[in-house]
Amino acid sequence: MMTERPLTRNIYPDRPPMNLKEYEQTGGYAALRKVCSSMDPAALQKLVQDSNLKGRGGAGFSTGMKWSLIPMDDKAARPKYLIANADEMEPGTFKDRLLLEGNPHQLIEGMILAAYAIQADIAYVFLRWAYHEAAALIRKSIQEAYDAGYLGTDILGSGFHLEMYLHTGVGRYMCGEETALLNALEGKRATPRAKPPFPQISGLFGKPTIVNNVETLCCVPHIVNNGAAWFKGLSYSEDGGTKVYGVSGKVKRPGAWELPMGVTMRELIEEHAGGMKSGYELKGVLPGGASTDFLTTQHLDIKMDYKSVAAAGSRLGTGTMIVLDSGTCPVGFVHNLQHFFAQESCGWCTPCREGLPWVEKILLALEKGDGKPEDIELLQMHTQFLGPGNTFCALAPGAMEPLQSALKYFMEDFEKHVEHKKCPYD
Amino acid sequence: MLSTTEKEAIDHEIGLVPHKRATVIEALKIVQQHRGWISDDSVEEIADYLGISPAEVDSVATFYNLIFRKPVGRHVILLCDSISCYVMGYKGLYAALQHKLHISFGQTCPDNRFTLLPNACLGCCDHAPAMMIDKDLYRDITIEQLDDILKKYA
Ligand SMILES: Cc1cc2nc3c(=O)[nH]c(=O)nc-3n(C[C@H](O)[C@H](O)[C@H](O)COP(=O)(O)O)c2cc1C
Ligand code: SF4
Ligand code: FES
Repeated sequence: MMTERPLTRNIYPDRPPMNLKEYEQTGGYAALRKVCSSMDPAALQKLVQDSNLKGRGGAGFSTGMKWSLIPMDDKAARPKYLIANADEMEPGTFKDRLLLEGNPHQLIEGMILAAYAIQADIAYVFLRWAYHEAAALIRKSIQEAYDAGYLGTDILGSGFHLEMYLHTGVGRYMCGEETALLNALEGKRATPRAKPPFPQISGLFGKPTIVNNVETLCCVPHIVNNGAAWFKGLSYSEDGGTKVYGVSGKVKRPGAWELPMGVTMRELIEEHAGGMKSGYELKGVLPGGASTDFLTTQHLDIKMDYKSVAAAGSRLGTGTMIVLDSGTCPVGFVHNLQHFFAQESCGWCTPCREGLPWVEKILLALEKGDGKPEDIELLQMHTQFLGPGNTFCALAPGAMEPLQSALKYFMEDFEKHVEHKKCPYD
Repeated sequence: MLSTTEKEAIDHEIGLVPHKRATVIEALKIVQQHRGWISDDSVEEIADYLGISPAEVDSVATFYNLIFRKPVGRHVILLCDSISCYVMGYKGLYAALQHKLHISFGQTCPDNRFTLLPNACLGCCDHAPAMMIDKDLYRDITIEQLDDILKKYA
């Protein structure tokens, strides 16, 4: 059966993305016309809430719920802001790039709709510096949208005004964390802010702000065009819609595919990614980027949705999985991850600033054959110290997820490093 | 002194935000685009122009990976050292680059041709290993391709 893939239907790997005219010819900006002529912001918020759309940026928070926390009365502080989080920098994640480069107008239309729903005055695309091609495409598409009257004053005669800007970052993983992103947009270091106040009340420049992931926003035009029930029906599980999944590592055909939310891990790896390369066996999987817990072969038949992956002890995260194969050392693998997290720690709170480099050092010692039996206990301790509730933001707890689960599933490998005083995979 | 072009570009950014201070990162990007890197003098000039202290500008400049506080070569190689590229063998590429260019991460060739830097995930993990030279992205790279790639950058 052909499954519906609204987000990527018009994305072709060998063709440049659609310009405004082509986008309109395939039904683009119809959702904006519909909303401008016949829906008030409250109705649009309700529609998105009914669709069960959950944020695709990693935390899986209900998008309709998030929007509903924005002050909507006449006394609300202005300007209000809508921000597309396009800072994609979670190692192993390459899904937003596909949407940004493949169909920039879809994102822009989704942003205008989201801005309408919360009555935002200004919208930003916060784009990762490395995505040069996306930057050029988005700049061009924003201009096309202005020229066509989809941005600016009195959009399509609705009385709604919106300005949209592209902001490119200068490289820091923390810029993706939504409150740190706000600081970066204000020209500051990307350190997180205390919550409350939540960004919906006091966000960018102290004004009400919504931050949504690129993929989340790209779903919105399709929900408007086809309805909440249709969107829910796309999915194999209770979370609405499709998901852009990805697989990287030693599989035959690494890639990204839009599929019904809730396909199994087995289908992703064995069918879409073509199974393991010959000579390699599957040993473990990080299901949703570098900061999610390992799952193993026993979990292959779980559904890749928020609830099922959580029930198996991990997180759907970004839905782009990294495969650990039988020829790659799990200790070296986790060392690589912790090197990243230690380097990207913003230094704001002590457990993370001090703890992550220590974890990295211990893992390096193990890899080099200098590990001691106590080191494994020390690693275990850190997974507690840096766990949820002990740090200012989710970076450190996220870093501990692959470590704690590696210790759970691959303990034998850690022990062998200590026993043999070398990496058994070398 | 900031050049007229630099000032005009910064002024444009200032027009978009509630207060000048918010344009520090944009100003750093603009100046780096013109001068290749951010010297101590550049930090002071930006601070002066935006009416904040040099220390404040520097704390922002040093926080971000892609603001260079040291001179870089004519071309900057960013080799992805994150997880998918690790699994797919970036270390072999790194060894080959070290051998060919006689520099390690953080170093610049004596003739100023290349600076070699490690970089976090470039967002094309399905085509690992990956690297960027200036604004060009290279994917699924093999050691055999390196000579042809490097040749393009004089
Ligand atoms: C360290 C860190 C990095 C993050 N990076 C990103 C990112 O690059 N893109 C993204 O959309 N969300 C990222 N997030 C999640 C955001 O904080 C936020 O939850 C998300 O943008 C909300 O959008 P959504 O509700 O549409 O998912 C990151 C979170 C943390 C803690
Ligand atoms: S957990 Fe790490 S990244 Fe997050 S605020 Fe603390 S130091 Fe910064
Ligand atoms: S890990 Fe290298 S591109 Fe993502």
